[in-house]
Amino acid sequence: MSAEREMRMSTGYFASARAMEGDRRGFVERLLDGRAKYLVGAACIALCTVMLLPLLASVLASLKSTAEAAAVPPTYFPHGLSLDSYHRLWNFQAGLLTYLGNSAGAALLTILFCLGLTIPAGYALGRFPVPGKEFFFLVLLLGLIIPYQALLTPLFFLFVQLKLHNSLVGLAIVHTAIQLPFSIYIMRNAFEAVPRELEEAAVIDGCNSWQVLVRVFLPAIVPAIITVSLFAFITSWNEFLAALVIMNKDTSFTLPLILAAARQQTSIGGTDWGMLQAGITISVIPCIAFYLLLQKYYVAGFLNGAVK
Amino acid sequence: MHSTSGRYVGLLYLAPALAFVSAFTVYPFLQMIWMSLHNWSLISAKKYIGLGNFVKAWNDPQFWTSLGFTFRYTLYITPILMILGFLIALLTATNTPLRKFTRGVVFAPVVIGLGASSLLWYWLFSYDFGLINRSLIDLGIVSKPVLWFGADADVSLWAVIASIVWKVVGFGTILFVAAIQAIPGEINEATMVDGASYWQRVRRITLPLTAKTILLVTLVSAIGSLLAFDQFYIMTAGQPHNQTTTAVLLIYLNSFPYLKLGYGSALSLILAAIILTCTIFQIVLTRRSHG
Repeated sequence: MSAEREMRMSTGYFASARAMEGDRRGFVERLLDGRAKYLVGAACIALCTVMLLPLLASVLASLKSTAEAAAVPPTYFPHGLSLDSYHRLWNFQAGLLTYLGNSAGAALLTILFCLGLTIPAGYALGRFPVPGKEFFFLVLLLGLIIPYQALLTPLFFLFVQLKLHNSLVGLAIVHTAIQLPFSIYIMRNAFEAVPRELEEAAVIDGCNSWQVLVRVFLPAIVPAIITVSLFAFITSWNEFLAALVIMNKDTSFTLPLILAAARQQTSIGGTDWGMLQAGITISVIPCIAFYLLLQKYYVAGFLNGAVK
Repeated sequence: MHSTSGRYVGLLYLAPALAFVSAFTVYPFLQMIWMSLHNWSLISAKKYIGLGNFVKAWNDPQFWTSLGFTFRYTLYITPILMILGFLIALLTATNTPLRKFTRGVVFAPVVIGLGASSLLWYWLFSYDFGLINRSLIDLGIVSKPVLWFGADADVSLWAVIASIVWKVVGFGTILFVAAIQAIPGEINEATMVDGASYWQRVRRITLPLTAKTILLVTLVSAIGSLLAFDQFYIMTAGQPHNQTTTAVLLIYLNSFPYLKLGYGSALSLILAAIILTCTIFQIVLTRRSHG
């Protein structure tokens, strides 16, 4: 917003400077200036079209009839709208609800684990004189240095021993490990930003540290809680490789896994493209919906945590 | 509470997260080092073989193919993502409604799953059923459908790159826009009065003042590309002849379908060392940009 103001100020400043010079620039230059504005507009619209077309094509393909979805060459627009593809997806193998349930369950557990671990940890790092604090902070950020892709072999072995493979808890544990460094970072910053006076008032009232956390800090760090939950959801809902390794029974598949499997195995023999697009559409909807609803938290999370 | 007991109360709040990281990051990492020194499979008994797995990797042509392919993919896609991301950021950095909307649209594919987007592009690139072949034929660019995946490693690579550029270009854009908007207005005004053209200003002001962000985004993006899996597993499955098998895909294939956990661990350790090098580089840069 301040950038916008700066921009307006700067154009105003520029205009007055030009007026002082009596605008020596020729007619052609001014015309080109005006044309640049239209070029930018056209570029923006072209860019939006390119970015949106694949998603639009997928949604449209999911609404084609069974015969049209298998047509060679493919049609650009469906000749008639049909929910056949969604119907087939609903009944595919163990049924869509099983896979949606697995994906949602893993995502929900990931959110709970992330919050359950990083709220207390952020509280400790942000508000307590813990000995060796910076060392512990670095330990919690280890996931940034050791990518989870490189840890899946031993994790798989560990989970087989603990009987956590093919379990949503096991999958959520890996997803939590992926999200932990980001979440810790966001939480620590959030706790450090709460004014000291709020905390002191509660301590004088006789609250113990747990009561201070619940009564004073939790209401103050709601934006951080939303950011951490949002990123935990998106990571878990979309994650593919860990799910592929840990969930190898087809009733325990998450949505991305069953879609990747559906690419190869269908009752008609070839790939059921219509059903695949229906599945993609359904898996994309919550991501786009949360993005539109919580755009502010999304962008803030990216700016604060993605590169730091 | 912040006197003597505060120190231990703090540790108590820290304990669950520390226990979690110890159990699911530190312990598996140590276990992986141990496993990499063994001929280890779920089915047969494990046998200590020292550095045997690393020697095996050194002599495995597929190891070098995968490593080379992963680097090539990273080397091709990173500059494309940075340049395109920066150009889009320049185009949309001003906060007019149309530009804000464009930014939002460009960022949208970043939030969807890589698995879902790979399946979507697998369909768009499909030989018979794909809209890309259909449009190329309708536009008269090709006379018969192109076989994008499975026949030629280079064609497959560029098809995957196209899909990933669509998927993640918005990531760089959003960070570049933030960096561009943080440039003080006075600096731009001064050069505008000097009569510098738009591209001169970009070169002399915008690029130098966003250089740190560009460098950091380049590293984050390169690390992501070195760890590429979903897009190749789904779109090329490593074909033709395992020429498009990335490092992580190779680890996956050895550890899971083949259950060669010892060899898989050794490969993972090599990958972890490569990523660690990049990350240390990134941390040094971040420290410097804060100081």
